[in-house]
Amino acid sequence: MSTALGRIIEVNGPIVTVFLPQVTIGEQVRVGELALVGEVIGRDGGRAVVQVYESTESLAPGQSAVPLGHPLAAELGPGLLGNIFDGLQRPLTEIREQSGDRIARGLTVASLDRKRLWHFEPAPDLSAGSTVAGGTVIGAVSETETIMHRILVPPDVNGELVNLAPAGDYSVEQVIAQVRSRDGAVHPLRLYHRWPVRKARPYGRRDQAGVPLITGQRVLDTFFPLLKGGRAAVPGAFGAGKTMVQQQIARWSNAGIMIYLGCGERGNELVEILETFPQLTDPYTGRLLMERTLLVANTSNMPVVAREASIYMGVTLAEYYRDQGYDVVMVADSISRWAEALREVAGRLEQMPVEEGHPAYLASRLSAFYERAGRVQTLAGGYGSVSLIGAVSPPGGDFSEPVTSHTKEIVQAFWALSKELADARHYPAIDWTESYSGYVDAAAVWWAKNVDPRWSAHRTEALGLLLQSDELARIVNLVGPEALSPAQRWVLEAAALLKEGLLQQSALDDVDSFCSPERQFALLDLLLDLYHQGRDLLGKGVPVQRLLQLPVLGRARRAKSAYSNGQMDGLKAFAAEMRDAFQPLSLEYAGSREGSA
Amino acid sequence: MRGKEYRLGSALRGGLLFVRGVPGVALGDRVVVRDHAGHTRNGQVIRTSEEVVLVQVLEGTDGLDLERTWTRFLEQPFEIALSNELMGRIFNGVGQPRDDRPPLVSSIRRNVNGSPMNPAARTRPREFIQTGISTIDGLYSLVRGQKLPIFSGPGLPHNRLAAQIVRQSRIIAERARFAVVFAAMGVSYADAHFFQEDFERDGVLGNVVMYINLADDPPIERLILPRTALTAAEYLAYDLGMHVMVILTDITNYAEALREVAMARGDVPARKGYPGYLYSDLAEIFERAGRIRSRSGSITMVPVLSMPSDDITHPIPDLTGYITEGQIVLSRELHNQGIYPPVDLLPSLSRVMKDGIGAGETREDHPRVANQIYASYARAIEVRNLASIIGTEDLSETDRRYLEFARSIETQFVTQGENEDRSIIDTLTLAWQLLSLLPPGELGRVREADLAKYHRQKQVAEAP
Ligand SMILES: Nc1ncnc2c1ncn2[C@@H]1O[C@H](COP(=O)(O)OP(=O)(O)OP(=O)(O)O)[C@@H](O)[C@H]1O
Ligand SMILES: [Mg+2]
Repeated sequence: MSTALGRIIEVNGPIVTVFLPQVTIGEQVRVGELALVGEVIGRDGGRAVVQVYESTESLAPGQSAVPLGHPLAAELGPGLLGNIFDGLQRPLTEIREQSGDRIARGLTVASLDRKRLWHFEPAPDLSAGSTVAGGTVIGAVSETETIMHRILVPPDVNGELVNLAPAGDYSVEQVIAQVRSRDGAVHPLRLYHRWPVRKARPYGRRDQAGVPLITGQRVLDTFFPLLKGGRAAVPGAFGAGKTMVQQQIARWSNAGIMIYLGCGERGNELVEILETFPQLTDPYTGRLLMERTLLVANTSNMPVVAREASIYMGVTLAEYYRDQGYDVVMVADSISRWAEALREVAGRLEQMPVEEGHPAYLASRLSAFYERAGRVQTLAGGYGSVSLIGAVSPPGGDFSEPVTSHTKEIVQAFWALSKELADARHYPAIDWTESYSGYVDAAAVWWAKNVDPRWSAHRTEALGLLLQSDELARIVNLVGPEALSPAQRWVLEAAALLKEGLLQQSALDDVDSFCSPERQFALLDLLLDLYHQGRDLLGKGVPVQRLLQLPVLGRARRAKSAYSNGQMDGLKAFAAEMRDAFQPLSLEYAGSREGSA
Repeated sequence: MRGKEYRLGSALRGGLLFVRGVPGVALGDRVVVRDHAGHTRNGQVIRTSEEVVLVQVLEGTDGLDLERTWTRFLEQPFEIALSNELMGRIFNGVGQPRDDRPPLVSSIRRNVNGSPMNPAARTRPREFIQTGISTIDGLYSLVRGQKLPIFSGPGLPHNRLAAQIVRQSRIIAERARFAVVFAAMGVSYADAHFFQEDFERDGVLGNVVMYINLADDPPIERLILPRTALTAAEYLAYDLGMHVMVILTDITNYAEALREVAMARGDVPARKGYPGYLYSDLAEIFERAGRIRSRSGSITMVPVLSMPSDDITHPIPDLTGYITEGQIVLSRELHNQGIYPPVDLLPSLSRVMKDGIGAGETREDHPRVANQIYASYARAIEVRNLASIIGTEDLSETDRRYLEFARSIETQFVTQGENEDRSIIDTLTLAWQLLSLLPPGELGRVREADLAKYHRQKQVAEAP
């Protein structure tokens, strides 16, 4: 740790070269008259290369550079939820108080409110003399109505508890416990501690078991499921629906804690969450969604270096709640913008680009980031998980570009958005041929146990129909529909029904925006049943035209919006009614197997 | 240092002047460059070190030499003067008059780079702007504070469309609080003149501020022009409380100027020679649109962009589409059929319209009608493609109706006069009239109740 004073030698965009011997890579440095903060990313003799988090306009050679002695770290404690932070964890509402509508430079704002008091309840099983280690829960405060915030011994502290504060109201700065480590040093513990964001927080061990993250989106849950602790990517051209998918997950998934990271995207998209979430309720707990949500926002017009840091900030916050035993989901929109920030810095450093200007270390940084996802046994012995869902914005919508292709090698669930589907307003525009999930088998166990044992078979059959229909559509486009047999025509119709009645799910439809697992399966079952009924009738000689004219088909298409999650009985009644609708045809053609098709 | 002139240029390259031996120059500072004939040019420091300072000369480096060029560092950032006298004026990219009138004097001066708006200070765009154009109002509604570009190509009527939007979207009652900021980068004299005449004819010139850089003006000036124009727009919107419509044309010329400078600086290219920071750079411009919670004004942005080779995946439209809140795409095919405005329905999109339409804003059925038209038109285009292979005889009755629907959408809904101002209700009525060409069973995106209320065709029981 050095306190020497240095000076600026060069300013090149966000990259500032300073004369400052003895600083460490990763250490933060304050530069210039505005006291802008950055971090050391390179050393060359007495010089250090600093990437500065804010705009470097008005910095000049000769101005000062002061080392701060520590890396970029997150403040971890109560007061995070419901808040919106920038990529450096500065609360944006507080910044607004200080500098108005625009973000002034050189502000120092504490991440956690220093004045607010929290009601602390010490852990009943601990008292002076108890042995504690990193991750031990020494007490809890209720951070929001729904979320109990467990106060942890910081990962790098262990020893004997010297004292533990009684129940009472404390600010985050007050010492609530002291721990004497083996070397005799006494560590004061507060309601919060710091952790360097670029370093993954430790855990006990990885845990393979997993249950699906229910997102309430049929194409995801039913066809390409994600497990809690899993990693997924949502690649797609502009306007294909990446943000919508992520916002839907943020709204409806059964995560314990939701972190929404706006990384180099639009300001208005964050406002949308800030303005709508406080009115929305969690379908599982009935509580306000904002109580379990926190936002990290480094929008496209905010400086790129802070954008680069923001994903690490986000995932560190995620790990912290994981360590308290929560299932945390972080949606990151968009990982491509992070990669671009990395590229910009690399370019300024004149590092050798390998693909489309990206540096050689893109792939390793990307996988190191996703590696921080997972379900673990925490240091405290409980279980928690971090699921990472990253949007990818490939230039020109071309999935062969570096960020998409590297991501594809890392994630287990790949939700490919198709421009063609989006243009045809098939939303969510998740392409059933390009997408995949490596979690289907694990999800199948859960669905079989909790919803219906036929889930796996149904899913396979439905996907098969969709793929078969794509094949048939190609034939139709070559030689016309007349070339198809009645059975094939019926497959086309069944696939069309599956697309409209199941895959398509409007985020803007009040009834259908969230679909419970039970309703997801019921709709799937209904549509497959319809297909089977028709197929049987075709076998009895019913002309396919007769089937296509059945009014019940139109109703089946709309069933998803007609029956809400709470109206499962109505949906079941409709399924029965639908079966009846085939009855007259069945009777009419009973025994006339030879009838023309 | 201030006021002192240096003749220490060490190199000149692609609009950049390298000055050696002037220590302590701040990044972004304004520079005045004087050539051998005594003419001055504007410059800005874009990189600075103890040894060398890199100055971007906005008027370009043509005609400069190293021996007789003097450089003065003003020790101040790039600022422009702002007052309500802006209205009705014409400036160049750095805010100097282009209309033979004296420069603007004011104690209010602001840095053209602005500073990022705090996302927590924003509020969502949600007030419908009636442009009187059916495709836009009905299908891609423009909302106050939105950034909605027109993706076009050479020879397509993007200027006429942009002018029509400006002309018709004016809200009469609030006229005094309405302003247009027109920013032209590298456009032809004819195009700039077209707008000027249009504003004049419409009698709104007094509400318009123009920033003009023509095709034969220095390209580097295009880099600062939109920033200057937006600084003015922000002043009008947030200091004076006006609803400002900003037309930026042509973003492609802007991006090309950026590429030129990036090349000269030796920046690592990402795609097609454009630097990797093109996205962030464009975002700095486009994100200046919006609304602020505590202010009454707004900035609505309609950038015009010509897609090189009509290619929407080209980096310029591509990155723009990734930043803006939708896009209006013009189609050469429709244009060649004489359709105006030739809006290509499927790739066009308005992302924030959901907050500006529906009950209380336009009409309750609006969102579903829009959805239905996209979906039915997409289906109709599929049928049209099929028909082009197998002919129309083999099509089913329903499919034939789809063909008719597509044609009618193009010739009746999309097509409209350049001075035709349709109300949103007229637009929705027309939409239903055309949707009624299709049997109700085909209309899965609207509700039964909508069908009962607006569908023109009685449900005919189809006999087996
Ligand atoms: N599930 C959905 N339901 C209804 N509309 C949708 C859905 N998904 C996408 N859309 C429509 O598509 C538009 C674009 O979606 P979105 O903003 O998510 O795209 P994106 O892929 O994030 O684009 P960009 O890369 O430019 O940010 C939305 O504004 C909305 O109109
Ligand atoms: Mg998006």
